[in-house]
Amino acid sequence: MTLAKRIIPCLDVDRGRVVKGINFVGIRDAGDPVEIARRYNEQNADEITFLDITASHEGRGTTLEMVSHIAGEVFIPLTVGGGIRTCDDIRALLNAGADKISINTTAVTNPDFVYEASQRFGSQCIVVAIDAKQVSAPGEPLKWEIFTHGGRNTTGLDAVEWARRMVDYGAGEILLTSMDRDGTRQGFNLEMTRAISDAVTVPVIASGGVGSLDDLVAGVKEGGADAVLAASIFHFGEHTVEDAKRHMAAQGIEVRL
Amino acid sequence: MTIAVIDYGMGNLHSVAKALEHVGEERVTITRDPRAIKGATRVVLPGQGAIRDCMSELERAELKGLVNTLLADGDKPFLGICVGQQMLMTRSEENGGVRCLNYLPGSVKHFATDMTDADGQRLKVPHMGWNRVDQTHMHPLWEGIPAGERFYFVHSYFVAAEQHADVFGTTTYGHHTAHIATGRDAVFAVQFHPEKSAAAGLKLLANFVEWSP
Repeated sequence: MTLAKRIIPCLDVDRGRVVKGINFVGIRDAGDPVEIARRYNEQNADEITFLDITASHEGRGTTLEMVSHIAGEVFIPLTVGGGIRTCDDIRALLNAGADKISINTTAVTNPDFVYEASQRFGSQCIVVAIDAKQVSAPGEPLKWEIFTHGGRNTTGLDAVEWARRMVDYGAGEILLTSMDRDGTRQGFNLEMTRAISDAVTVPVIASGGVGSLDDLVAGVKEGGADAVLAASIFHFGEHTVEDAKRHMAAQGIEVRL
Repeated sequence: MTIAVIDYGMGNLHSVAKALEHVGEERVTITRDPRAIKGATRVVLPGQGAIRDCMSELERAELKGLVNTLLADGDKPFLGICVGQQMLMTRSEENGGVRCLNYLPGSVKHFATDMTDADGQRLKVPHMGWNRVDQTHMHPLWEGIPAGERFYFVHSYFVAAEQHADVFGTTTYGHHTAHIATGRDAVFAVQFHPEKSAAAGLKLLANFVEWSP
C-alpha cells in the first residue's frame, strides 16, 4: 500500500484575492493567491483548495482569472468551492483550469444537481462538501447532522446517511467539515470522520479544527481520513506543509515527500 | 511545430495544454479539426469520465478513424492520458463492456472494492492521490525521473496489458498491479495525470515534447 495520504492547504478567496490573514515570511502582499499557491506548491502540498466567498455575482469573474493564473503555474490538483449552483459555474471553473469542484449548499437544496454534474463532468471532479455538527447529547449514541450557511441553518439530515447518498449520486470525494470544531484548533471530530470514512467507498477529506500537527496524524490514524485539510496552521507560518508531512511520516503515515 | 490536444468533448483539456505550454516552446492547440491534428508534430489524447462516453464522443467527432491511423502509422509522438490510455486497449469492462481502439492487446478492469491496507483500513475507489510508479522498462519519457517517483492518479479502472513488452510502468494498489504506463513505437500512454503531478509530471511532459522516436 503506497498511496500517500494527502495534505491540502485551504484558502478563502474574495473577488480573486486571498483573505483571512496569510502571513508567510517574505511575502509582502499576503493576499496574492498566485504567490501563495506557488509557496504551497514549493512546500510540496498535494493539492490546494480554494473556497470562494465572493458575495457578488460580478466578482466571480476575478475568481476565474485567479484560477486561470494559478493553473498556468502550479501543476497540482486545484479544487474550487463556494457558491457553485449550476453546470455553467462548473464548466467555467474547469475551463479556467480547476480540476475539482466542491458543491456544498446546492447539494442540500437540490441533490439532483450532484447527479447531473457528475454525469456531465465525471465523478472525478465532483467533490461534495458536507458541513456537519454533533447533535447527540452526552451519553446518547453519536449522531451528526448537516448544517448550511456556515453552520447556522439546520437541515435535519443525518450526516452518515447523507454522505452515502451523495456518493450514490456520483460524488467522487467527500470534504467533511466539522462545524463545531472549525476554528477551535481542538482537532478534527474523529468519531464523525471515522463514521463517514467507513460508510463510503470514496475518499474522505477531513476538515475543521486543526490546531497541531498531531491533529493531522489523528485525522488519518483515528479518523480514517484519506486526506487532511487545514488553513490557519499553514497560513501563519507556524508550520509548513513540508513540516506536516515529515511529522506524519515519522508517525508511520505514507506521504509524498 | 505544434502539439495538438485532441478535443472530442470529454474532460478538462486546459490543464494539460497549460502544462505543455509551460514545459516547451511548441505551440499547443486544443482542437477537433482533423487537418490540425494531422499537421501537428505531436498529439495528445486525454480522456475523463466514462469510457463508453469517451469512445462514442470520439466517434461522433469523426476522429476515431484518424486516431487509429495515427496509432497505426506510429511515426508521430502520441501521448495518451488517463482514459486516453485505457482507450488504446482492446476492451474495457466498464459500462457493461466497451470495445476500445485495440491498439494494444489487453483489457481495462475495475479495482476490487473490498480491499484493505496493512492497518485494516478500507482502500477507497477511485484510487485517488499520489502513488508510486515502478518503471518496468526504460523509456525516453522516464528520462531524469527517479525510480519509484509519485504521480497523481484519479481512476477506478486500470489497464491490464497482455504483452509484457508493452508495459513501461506499474503501480500497486491493494492486490492489483496496474499497468499505468504502456506504449509501443511512437505511442506512450499513462493512467496518471502528468499535468497535475508537480515536477515529476512536468519532466515527463518535457520529455514528450523532446521525444523523437
